[in-house]
Amino acid sequence: MTGTLLAVRGVHKSFPGVKALDGVDLEVRAGEVHALLGENGAGKSTLLKILSGAQQADRGEVVLDAVTLDPQGAPRDRQCLGLITIYQEFNLLPFMSIAENLYLGREPTRRGFIDWAALHDNARTLLATLGLEVDPRREVRHLSVAHQQMVEIGRAVAQRAKLIVMDEPTAALSGREVDILHGVIRELKARGVSFIYVTHRLDEVKRVCDSYTVLRDGRFVARGEVKDVEIRGLVNLMVGRDVEFAKLVRAAPLGETVLAIEGVSRARDSSGRHAMPLQDLSIDIKAGEILGFAGLVGAGRTELARIIFGADRCDQGVMYLQGLKMSPLRSPQEAIRAGIALVPEDRKQQGCFLEQSITQNMTLPSLPRLARWRIFVDEARERQMVEKYQAALRIKMASPRVAIGTLSGGNQQKVLLARCMALRPKVLIVDEPTRGIDIGAKSEVHQLLSTMAESSIALIVISSEMSEVLALSDRIVVFREGCISGILDEQAATEGRLMQLMAISTPTAAAGAGG
Amino acid sequence: MSADIVGWLRRYGTSLFLASLIGFFSLENSRFLSLRNVTNILTEVSIYGIIAVGMTFVILTAGVDLAVGSLLAFAGMSGAYVMRALGADYSLSWLVAMSTATAVGALVGYLQGKAVTLFNIPPFIVTLGGLTIWRGATLILNDGSPIAGFDANYRWWGTGAILGVPVPVAIFAVVVAAGLITQRHTRYGRYIYAVGGNPEAARLNGLDVPAIITSVYLIVGALAGLAGFILSARLGAAEAVGGVGYELRVIASVVIGGASLAGGRGGIGGTIVGALLIGVLTNGLVIMHVSSYWQQIVIGLIIVAAVAFDAYAKSRR
Repeated sequence: MTGTLLAVRGVHKSFPGVKALDGVDLEVRAGEVHALLGENGAGKSTLLKILSGAQQADRGEVVLDAVTLDPQGAPRDRQCLGLITIYQEFNLLPFMSIAENLYLGREPTRRGFIDWAALHDNARTLLATLGLEVDPRREVRHLSVAHQQMVEIGRAVAQRAKLIVMDEPTAALSGREVDILHGVIRELKARGVSFIYVTHRLDEVKRVCDSYTVLRDGRFVARGEVKDVEIRGLVNLMVGRDVEFAKLVRAAPLGETVLAIEGVSRARDSSGRHAMPLQDLSIDIKAGEILGFAGLVGAGRTELARIIFGADRCDQGVMYLQGLKMSPLRSPQEAIRAGIALVPEDRKQQGCFLEQSITQNMTLPSLPRLARWRIFVDEARERQMVEKYQAALRIKMASPRVAIGTLSGGNQQKVLLARCMALRPKVLIVDEPTRGIDIGAKSEVHQLLSTMAESSIALIVISSEMSEVLALSDRIVVFREGCISGILDEQAATEGRLMQLMAISTPTAAAGAGG
Repeated sequence: MSADIVGWLRRYGTSLFLASLIGFFSLENSRFLSLRNVTNILTEVSIYGIIAVGMTFVILTAGVDLAVGSLLAFAGMSGAYVMRALGADYSLSWLVAMSTATAVGALVGYLQGKAVTLFNIPPFIVTLGGLTIWRGATLILNDGSPIAGFDANYRWWGTGAILGVPVPVAIFAVVVAAGLITQRHTRYGRYIYAVGGNPEAARLNGLDVPAIITSVYLIVGALAGLAGFILSARLGAAEAVGGVGYELRVIASVVIGGASLAGGRGGIGGTIVGALLIGVLTNGLVIMHVSSYWQQIVIGLIIVAAVAFDAYAKSRR
């Protein structure tokens, strides 16, 4: 390990209302694997996008191999310089062969035509160095997620990568596949390629990384050598935050158990839609209780919520709604009729009708109740409903007739909460209640959720922000790799304990992983 | 152009263009605005306009129906066929033909909608198949020859008038009114926009998305059947080649009217302007003795220009 390959100095980046990066430094040496760590929202993704050229920094510089990169540089220019980013969503052409994907745009030619024999030979050699024994003529769509990832890495190698940036490379891999990936990373490292490795799984940091940088709330917190630090130390660096959400205390006592789920299981889906199998998940929740779901993305928290809401199917499991035994719901329609509501995790893709008015967005699932002769929308009553929730939730809008897409993230979220409240649900599931909204709106939303629990709704709150889960929940269910790794009550729940249950297999395994 | 002007043009540009076309043609030829010619234009527009109301719903859900022209012929022919099979000379022969045509149209539309939702086949493919299937079925039904010999009551639905308003125009007005009320004031109208705007969000809001999608194909099918009956009454015969190329005019009306093929945006108001624009243009060019070959080119150019301007206006926001 010799000189510095990549140096990032004082990078700033703001989005409307949010400071995503506030003077971030990063240094990667030639031939090392560097872990980039931080909680969700710490600024890792933004930094990756600036490195790849997908976004431009407001200030600061990026130096690769002693050359300062053009801040306006397009992703293509960065790739030519050997800086290659592999995102969680792969950039492969599914209907083309492995070989074509590996050498896309750089195919060997003879007299202006593609030299297929050379293409397949090159591909076979390259795949062999990655330890991948597949026919390079196979179409990429037939490959498993792990093999597709190998093709992505192979493409980076074919482009003579100096630095490969990998965003959560193991999120959809099984244990054995992770070992194979780490083998390939070590192999390429020995040949002088550097890596930036973004992950939530700290045991992997110990296993495969040489050095680390921790970001928190868009700021640089620490960097160091992995061999000098314990996992617990990394956890503390990641979570020790300045802004803590106040623990919200509610007076109302808990009621009867409203919803219980027993033994929900689902096999891994080969299409890759459900990467993680779910194993024997059981929870229960009382009226007026807030049950927090913590865990990494893909660990099973959103997956279970969607099964409860009937948006996805499971293979096994039973459900008790107010003591009544029933099979899991088959559609969101059934769930809404049964008194279960969901504010989905992705506001733009799953929640909003962006071009339609605030009114249309807010009242859509309530229309059966607002209808005259079951056909016509009773517009007077609809207006009352919108006014009521606009006042109650303090939604800032020019008029209820403007498109919801024109509102800020916080106000959009309030409209979606109002939409669910108007259904008067018994159980309300809120997935990432404050993702992408500013800090003031966050505490407002927290207050709202707390008030809803006081009116004896049973709430499930899913969040990647641990301080949020801690501030709101009466009990916290922790998910890890498709299982429930623990259920903590209020007294037992601390950030460190949560992190442990989320990221680390067992304390002994973590300690042993250092070698 | 400033953003304000672009936005305004996006909203009213088509109406403005329609108005200037009317102005231009009436200056060119005084017969253009004669009562006779206006009645003529409106009657022409009514027949594909009725279908365009249903097509608006289809396109709002991000679908399309290419089979409407063939379906018009098939349903019209079926109506005449059943009427004749029951013996041609009875007082309610028109009612038999009208209800048969509409029911056949609705049934075929339902089947196409089911094919789209059940097997997840793109609507473009299902209805492209339908385009040739129903044309072929029409030819088989009466060996390719027309069915004629309708009584006066039957013919009234195509050629009669109510207080001076041609019957097809009156029917068109009723269909438009029903469509506008559905679009603006009913749950169903809201659901169509929701399904087109964001199908996943619609599902998570408890809507039965496949049922809603199936229903819009049923509606456009029924309206194509109704139009098939009216056309046969107007021409005095149900013809196997009736409605050839209507899918183009119908879809063009909706698209020129500002609906997005991606779904969720547009409406019947715009569609009516689009349908009138095509009717005025066709008629005006005929009056000016422009050859029908050139008419096709002009209409094609206008479709592309309308969508291109919309895309430009959108990028300016």
